[in-house]
Amino acid sequence: MNTKEVNSANIPLIISDGCCVHFGSSPALESVNFSINRGKKVAVVGPNGGGKSTLFNALAGLIPLTEGSLTIEGSTPEEAKGKVSYVPQKDLINWNFPLSVKQVVEMGITTKKLSSLRNRKQVNDKIKKALKDVGLEEKINNNIKSLSGGQLQRVLIARALAQDSEILLLDEAFSAVDIGAQEDIMQLINSINLDGKTILIATHDVNNLEEKFDEVLCLNTHCCAYGDPSEVLTPEVIKEMYGSHSELFNNKSHFKTEGNNSND
Amino acid sequence: MIELILDPLKYDFMIRSLVTAFASGAMLSILGPFAINRNMGFMADAIAHATLPIIAVGVFLGFSISELGVPAAILIAIFLGLIIKNTNIGEDTAIGIIFSSFFALGFVLISLLEVTINLEDLLFGQILAVSTSDVYIVISLLLIVLVVVIVYFKQLLFYSFDPIGAEVKGLNTTFLNYLFLILLSIAIVGSLQTVGVILVLSMLIIPAAAAKLVTDTFVTSIKVSIFFGVISSITGLYLSYFLNLPSGPSMSLVATGIFVLSFIFNKVSKKGSLATVTIS
Repeated sequence: MNTKEVNSANIPLIISDGCCVHFGSSPALESVNFSINRGKKVAVVGPNGGGKSTLFNALAGLIPLTEGSLTIEGSTPEEAKGKVSYVPQKDLINWNFPLSVKQVVEMGITTKKLSSLRNRKQVNDKIKKALKDVGLEEKINNNIKSLSGGQLQRVLIARALAQDSEILLLDEAFSAVDIGAQEDIMQLINSINLDGKTILIATHDVNNLEEKFDEVLCLNTHCCAYGDPSEVLTPEVIKEMYGSHSELFNNKSHFKTEGNNSND
Repeated sequence: MIELILDPLKYDFMIRSLVTAFASGAMLSILGPFAINRNMGFMADAIAHATLPIIAVGVFLGFSISELGVPAAILIAIFLGLIIKNTNIGEDTAIGIIFSSFFALGFVLISLLEVTINLEDLLFGQILAVSTSDVYIVISLLLIVLVVVIVYFKQLLFYSFDPIGAEVKGLNTTFLNYLFLILLSIAIVGSLQTVGVILVLSMLIIPAAAAKLVTDTFVTSIKVSIFFGVISSITGLYLSYFLNLPSGPSMSLVATGIFVLSFIFNKVSKKGSLATVTIS
């Protein structure tokens, strides 16, 4: 029995119970219910403005809930800080800074306690291990400006690994990278997942989700469906998420043709 | 050559000015690389202009500009931070409103309180008038900026590079935001007598921009920025002494000259792209 099988036991790690987030009078998330077990690899899909990033921000403790509850191992996201690593969308990062790969990964170990960085050897070992895990060990001293989009994404994932948290949130991890790099990132995510980490990835790519992910969370402000991708990605759910654009997905043979497993 | 360098040192006011120029140049250049990479030039300009009402009231009450430095800087930083955070009109717009309205308020207060301030000195600096206590204050401010940046370097860098990631990691990003604003305000207010309200931005931005053109790493760019900043302020002061030029503008022009040379060096050595550079 491997690590994943042990950790994939039905132990809810993240529970959303009627989670609502409003920005002023505009709802970003409305009564979202789901329960994610430990060790799962979950795709979070939905249209722009559907609440994917808002959910990640709430899970990361960056924004408060308006109503309902969102817990990580029974704690609020604010209390659970440190258990969650967040790889934000790349355009939210200030790439002006001429930093080395090592400096970026070291941020995953940086804490508010100033003394925590005194043990240089321990810190360097953690950085090297994280970079080895993402296959960028030899790039440790490179300037981040010399890296491709896919490599930058892997550096940010290495930073999250160095943090050594249980949950990894990746917002638009596959955007602005070519197909080869997407494949590399997916393989990397699979190997991280095998180590027992729970991974949530916001993505616009709804192709072959059942091959890549254990579960899919379909969001369009509310939760349209949550569960096994091969079961919940029905035409009705697709229509609920994408409205008139759902016809773009009609020819996808893997979508189930009956039933709607919406949690709402 | 040595005689030329030593000649101004026979005057006490020149020794005071040189030490102040060194401290101001270094203090601004330490923060410059953070400021330019965070696109905070306009913010820095607003801080400089927002000091005018405080200077007017302070001088009216009998304080010097340097003596007002720390309290003024903290007030300005907190005020700017609060306004930007609590308005939804956009950061640039909020800064623009503060910038112009405080500058206007400063002039109105100078007129109303009948404060005796030489406006040209205030706008462009008058380093030759610094007192011994001013020198001690500016050196103290330099030490504060230097020590705080060294102690909080990794946290400030993380916050500047990825504020969301830093917050998720549990860093106190509100504290780091205000800390940097306070440091920036301290450096700006502490340098007003050296280069004045208008030109202080040049000594913050230009050495850092020149350093960015000739270096590959952030840490190196800070070191080179400090070097360029100190060279600009000291050389500018010497030019001012020998050629009877205004000191603040002379420093600013020397910094501009260094920037032009760095720009040419960058183009000639094809270092504009860091694509193939590795950091040792």
